[in-house]
Amino acid sequence: MTVELNFLAVFQDWPMLVTGVIWTLGLTAIAIVVGLTVAVACAWVRTEGPKWLAIPVAAYVELMRNTPFIVQLFFIFFGLPALGVRFSPPVASGIALVLNLGAYGTEIIRAGLLATPKGQIEAALSLALSKFQIFTRVVLPPALKKVWPALVSQIVIVMLGSAVCGQIATEELSYAANVISANTFRTFEAYIIATAIYLVLALMVRSLLNWAGPRFIFGR
Amino acid sequence: MVDFTLWDILRNLIIAAQWTVLLSLIAFVGGGLVGLFWLLLRLWRPGAFKLPFAIYVQLFQGTPLLMQLFLSYFGLRLFGVEVSVWVSVSLALTLYTSAFLAEIWRGCVASIPKGQWEASASLALSFGEQMRYIIAPQALRIAIPPTVGFLVQVIKGTALASVVGFVELTRAGNMIANVTYEPFTVFACVGLMYFIMCYPISAYARYLERKTHAVSR
Repeated sequence: MTVELNFLAVFQDWPMLVTGVIWTLGLTAIAIVVGLTVAVACAWVRTEGPKWLAIPVAAYVELMRNTPFIVQLFFIFFGLPALGVRFSPPVASGIALVLNLGAYGTEIIRAGLLATPKGQIEAALSLALSKFQIFTRVVLPPALKKVWPALVSQIVIVMLGSAVCGQIATEELSYAANVISANTFRTFEAYIIATAIYLVLALMVRSLLNWAGPRFIFGR
Repeated sequence: MVDFTLWDILRNLIIAAQWTVLLSLIAFVGGGLVGLFWLLLRLWRPGAFKLPFAIYVQLFQGTPLLMQLFLSYFGLRLFGVEVSVWVSVSLALTLYTSAFLAEIWRGCVASIPKGQWEASASLALSFGEQMRYIIAPQALRIAIPPTVGFLVQVIKGTALASVVGFVELTRAGNMIANVTYEPFTVFACVGLMYFIMCYPISAYARYLERKTHAVSR
């Protein structure tokens, strides 16, 4: 039996692939910016925040880390409308990705915060820095620097996980592959190409973040 | 109109959860064996297998599991292998798991001082004997916590099998939500059941990790 593969047929629909890549990268960018903000805030709560907040934050982190992303997405997209909270597919996807990265990021950043030498905080206190200044300028940057490789890995995992968002008709890359396969009947080729693009995106996002981290996030 | 009680929903989800457990076990055991095979190749002839190993790991870690499931599902059919969704899903999850486990274990073996290899080689131990008596016992102790931790990822990964039509917990949740018109309750229950399966394993992995670190310190 011979198998004929026709990749050109898939590339005729290249505008869909481009739209898909833009959506995938856009969702990832939102997850990075908002998700890491959530993660830093939650990590702060869990290390030195008020006790009454630490417990709900711990519950959020454990709930997200111990359930599949697809179930979180379905709960937000299909489940919440029953309570009258209705989101469009891209918004639901964005929220799910942010919450997911937020939870994993919390644990990663917390590990970095806990590794801060006590002397640094004492030194900062003796310089009369406020609590806020100590956290944002003394504790956080070296903590982020320490855990940046782990954070970058997690961000790549979240980006690859965003492929699931196509299941609720968010027009990201896997959804594009889905539509192209329906249009051209070149299912295998469409998914091979989408997978290859994901691989390139993963490598690109990883090197971009490794480059950007020291320059823009934690300095030096 | 049939009314569904919470118990009806839960009972059906529990039945479906058995498939999640079974699929996780297949992926974990299969992935462990394939991963071990890759690791041994890599350790046996580093010169020849370093690059193929790295490519294998990067291919599976750098692409979405969902795409791997699709490719296995459509790919096997395209090449004329008529298999059930069971086989294609097990295959994809096994390969995915093997890449992660092989990479985790490679890290564990790499953390064993080089002197151990050299000393055992100078005692004229063969590769097999080195592994059996020197490297594996030490690597195993370090490898257990992250391996147990990865089991949680495997269980969560099986949820994606629902997309290609494999009826496990998530798929059953979808179907029940469609019949009962109670997506909120159903998906909350589905999430809760994954949590009940995963959280003890996560907690155990964390406990093991603390214990290992305490010993080595």
